[in-house]
Amino acid sequence: MAAHRCSRCSWLLLVFIFSFYVSAKSEEATQANDEHASVVDNPQTAAETGKQPSEERLWEATQVNEAVPIDAAAHKQDFPVPGSVLTPTPQLKDDFKEELVIRPLQSGDIYASFQFRTVWETDFTTGSKVSHYRLFPKSLGQVISKFSVRELHISFTQGYWRTMQWGQPYLPSPPGAELWVWFQDTVTDVDATWKELTNVLSGIFCASLNFIDSTNTVQPSASFKPLGIANGTDHRFLRYATLPREIVCTENLTPWKKLLPCGSKAGLAVLLKSEKLFHSSFHSQAVHIRPVCQDWQCKSTSLELRQTLNVVFDLHTSGQGKQEWSLFKMFSRTLTEACPLASSSKIYIDVTDNPQEEQFELSPATPLLSQAVVLGDRRTFSVYDLTQQVTFGTVRSLNVLIRWKSTQGDMLRPLLHAERYVAGYGLQTGEIHTLMYNNHPFRSFPVLLLDSVPWYLRLYVHTLTVTSKGKDNKPSYIHYQPSKDRIRPHLLEMLVQLPPHSVTEVTVQFERALLKWTEYTPDPNHGFYVGSSVINALVPSTVAMHTNITQEQPLFSNFFPCKEESSYFMRVYTEPLLVNLPTPDFSMPYNVICLTCTVVAVGYGSLYNLLTRSFQIEEPNPGLAKRIANVIRKMRGVPPL
Amino acid sequence: MTEMATTEVEHRRGQLAALSIAAVVIVVGVPLWWKTTETYRAWLPVSQIQELAKLELQLSADVEVVFARGTVPPEQQKKMPLTQTQEEDHAVDEDTALKYRYETRYRTATVMEEDALNKPTAAEADLALHMLSESPCGSLVIYVIPESSSQLPLDADVYIGQRRTALLRVVEQMRAAKTLEQLLHHLQPQIKQVLRVMSFSRADITAALSDRVRFHPGSKESVADSMRAFKSSPGYEITFSLLNPDPKSHRLYWDIEGAAQTYIQPLLTKMSPVANFSIDSQTLHYTMLGVNPRYDANRGAYTLNADSLAHVINPVEARLGSNAASSNPVLNFLLYVPDAHHSPLYIQDHHKQEVPSNAFHSPRWGGIMVYNVDGYYGPEAEFPVDININMAKVMGVFLAQLRLLLGVQSSPPPTGFLVAPCGSAGLADWELDRLMWSRSVENIATATTTITSLAQLLDQIGNIVINDNIAEQVSSAVASLQLAVAELEAGNLGFALQFSKEAIMASEKAFFDPSLLHLLYFPDDQKFAIYIPLFLPMCVPILLSLLKIASEARQKRREKQAKKD
Repeated sequence: MAAHRCSRCSWLLLVFIFSFYVSAKSEEATQANDEHASVVDNPQTAAETGKQPSEERLWEATQVNEAVPIDAAAHKQDFPVPGSVLTPTPQLKDDFKEELVIRPLQSGDIYASFQFRTVWETDFTTGSKVSHYRLFPKSLGQVISKFSVRELHISFTQGYWRTMQWGQPYLPSPPGAELWVWFQDTVTDVDATWKELTNVLSGIFCASLNFIDSTNTVQPSASFKPLGIANGTDHRFLRYATLPREIVCTENLTPWKKLLPCGSKAGLAVLLKSEKLFHSSFHSQAVHIRPVCQDWQCKSTSLELRQTLNVVFDLHTSGQGKQEWSLFKMFSRTLTEACPLASSSKIYIDVTDNPQEEQFELSPATPLLSQAVVLGDRRTFSVYDLTQQVTFGTVRSLNVLIRWKSTQGDMLRPLLHAERYVAGYGLQTGEIHTLMYNNHPFRSFPVLLLDSVPWYLRLYVHTLTVTSKGKDNKPSYIHYQPSKDRIRPHLLEMLVQLPPHSVTEVTVQFERALLKWTEYTPDPNHGFYVGSSVINALVPSTVAMHTNITQEQPLFSNFFPCKEESSYFMRVYTEPLLVNLPTPDFSMPYNVICLTCTVVAVGYGSLYNLLTRSFQIEEPNPGLAKRIANVIRKMRGVPPL
Repeated sequence: MTEMATTEVEHRRGQLAALSIAAVVIVVGVPLWWKTTETYRAWLPVSQIQELAKLELQLSADVEVVFARGTVPPEQQKKMPLTQTQEEDHAVDEDTALKYRYETRYRTATVMEEDALNKPTAAEADLALHMLSESPCGSLVIYVIPESSSQLPLDADVYIGQRRTALLRVVEQMRAAKTLEQLLHHLQPQIKQVLRVMSFSRADITAALSDRVRFHPGSKESVADSMRAFKSSPGYEITFSLLNPDPKSHRLYWDIEGAAQTYIQPLLTKMSPVANFSIDSQTLHYTMLGVNPRYDANRGAYTLNADSLAHVINPVEARLGSNAASSNPVLNFLLYVPDAHHSPLYIQDHHKQEVPSNAFHSPRWGGIMVYNVDGYYGPEAEFPVDININMAKVMGVFLAQLRLLLGVQSSPPPTGFLVAPCGSAGLADWELDRLMWSRSVENIATATTTITSLAQLLDQIGNIVINDNIAEQVSSAVASLQLAVAELEAGNLGFALQFSKEAIMASEKAFFDPSLLHLLYFPDDQKFAIYIPLFLPMCVPILLSLLKIASEARQKRREKQAKKD
């Protein structure tokens, strides 16, 4: 944080210098000479009289010289000037959808997932300049066209998703900030572009993404394949980085909301009030940009922007023992309208475990039910369509209410989950343990494990072991990139087959490096974060998956493209690690300077004395007893000794 | 006795040891300490920068005055062609002086020019003359036509064309002139006036120098005039935003892509020598103005007062967003469509009069236009209403604002002048030249100010590290500045602008280089705290023994003196 503060200070200094410079430069006034006398009579400036020149901004009425536009228009007769204003409207090339999924969790918490999707029929890839925006936010559009970005995925998460209690999220994300980007193959210097991009995104999202540098960026060779359409998957154009320490708060939510076409003024986004959203067990917001097919044949591409926000509310503590949850209780707002720009605006409530209303009661009741295949399972949802006026009823406001009747019921254990911890003692060495659980009773499936470890934990790859059911499990693919001190992190990717109903343990030992004193964080005794491991898997599905992504489906069910019907893609993040490094006492440098200087000075002083003093034998002084005896003898008149 | 001798030798050896240690400290230690704690400061062309601090600019323009048949007595025509040079000094302040130099060439019209001048209207003549020859950037041709010519209306004596030509009608006094000298003498004031309109005037140049020179506060209008246009910059971002506060009632469509291509792009293409431009647009929904408009029952309309305009933009501006991908200044043009409950909305000026264009602009920021759509649907219309915005009307206003903000619009011509309406490009050649003159001067002034203040800063703060790349940027800025000044003197306007742009870019790059902030700054008390434990115990014995040696030497000399006596 001190480094952060320091950089802010330097920015302040820069701003200060700049303002000084500007104010010095802009001592403005105008000489009143004869030429200006004519300007005073200028009828154009008549509207400006009586204005205060000291006003920061001088507003002037615009006088249009009619000759200009008419003349310009006369030269362009072919320009269609609409005779009637209510002419048939042009075909719009962009489309906006919003939806909210609410899933009551077995733990008693409630999971709300917002998805906002803007699809724009435009081609960013051919290098043509795109500059006219309607629903798509201009700031992001400018960034992806300037930096030739093919896909961009960014997420900010506060809290850790507890897979064992909550099941699978619709969209997984690791704690902290995560950013991964596929660049177009026309980019020549990917590293420089990536550096610049992270700085710009840091400004857009008010996050410390500018701390992403080569020491925490990796190029995974097998994980993080493009989610949109892509013709090449050369991992030289992929960059992946996480900042596990990043704190997510209101300042990140505000710019995120600004990207929505309706802002937070209408539609589902009115529910996004930060004081409620951040008073929750888990909060995750993300932006995903990717090219997608426009139709089944995939002849032309569109750009898709998905903004997602997932939040888990712990309503036990705030509910005062009452088992009753509503939109108003969760978000302190109710819904009154859909975003007028949205072509679809829906609320889904997962009622799969509640077919006969034995667990909870939903009000107002809705006749609309919908089924969707999500995460390998067929789920049933009650649907509220906000574009229909009837949804809001007579009170013109929708407040979905869930009243629980019983809290029994079993949750299916997720088929795949993972955890990670650091073992060992002392500050010299340690061991990272990653546990991957396959809970499927009879099917084994392969998983791809990605681990990115900072350079200051020096991995001993020869100690890498993978064991399942007490036996050695040899990975079929290993990609390991060793770290370089202060330049790049370790990257370990492995393809491991998980046997049915088993735990697979991956262990690797490491040594803790000593950092230079400027490399320590301001609170080094807190420890250093190591980002989550990422586990990608194709998990066997119990029902047939939809492989056609252009088919009309709820947004939350079709984020990861599905290639085959029998399995579905799943990504699991482990906990981030917190590792203590040997930490010196930071007043040490000054102490060392003082101590060495003193030692040098003492040594030097004695040497100097030896060299420069001249030594001579001195008459030994008579002892004290002898002197006293002499004084007595003198008094007695006896000659001294 | 031998004891005394050995003591003496020992004493002598001690003295020598002290002296040699002091010598080692001074010869090796001090330079070593100096070298290792020094900050790196690359060499800067300080003397050249100091020369630039005193700016002497000379602006040279080539003017050609062509006499049509019947304007000069035939016997006088033999004296032509004739070349005259006029110079005018303009001392702005003690550090800035300008010199305007007009190289005027007088000649008679060629046969083809005569044909062109005989066209029925001035505009046709202008076009025909342009076809004959194209005058280079920064130069002017003035055709003197006879009084009987019917091309100009009676009340106009001067016609300024779309290119770099002007037609000047001979008036009675000139007809009375017998000799060529007399004629030229009579023509002189008129030619001066034409030059002031078509190339540079004192007022323009003074405004361009506002960065450098502190003026006595002039009239409010002149301050407003000089502050309206954007500062010179190598590029501008033009952003059109459609503000729709009420998407529930109005579904708005604007063909901004086509309109920008039709109306704005020609102007920008023409202005490409001055700066690079990029255009983009966006639509913002649910954007509220910062002021509630007042309902005027007399008019049945809502009104916004000019006084409250300053507060209108603030809430909108937060959503406009800046261009994340570039750092050029942004010109914002907003089209505000009032919501159904606050329509129609009109802007009032300071005299409570409605502004006919319903638009206003803010200096160095952009413009906003209010576009009322309530007239397009009846009271019983079903919401939302689809509305197609008439871009010709909108772009007319935005184009006028753009011209103002880019500094193209000049003060109105003096009486008796007829200015041709600018063509499809929205900008006449001479207007571009005018802009280029003032932009060159402005760039040179800004770059010199930047470079001199940087040099001053570096001179004052000795701890700042000056890297080689900064020194390089400073040198290239200085070189470009010198070239720009030289080109202005030679009258090559295009090159002068080019070099002045390079100078400004290099100087800004040097000034805002982040490495200047890596200031290795330690407070003096901390430095002492580090140095004292080492230096104090080392230096005190050396100093003491040196003092002792000196005092002994003095005593010895005194003893010798006494012995001699």
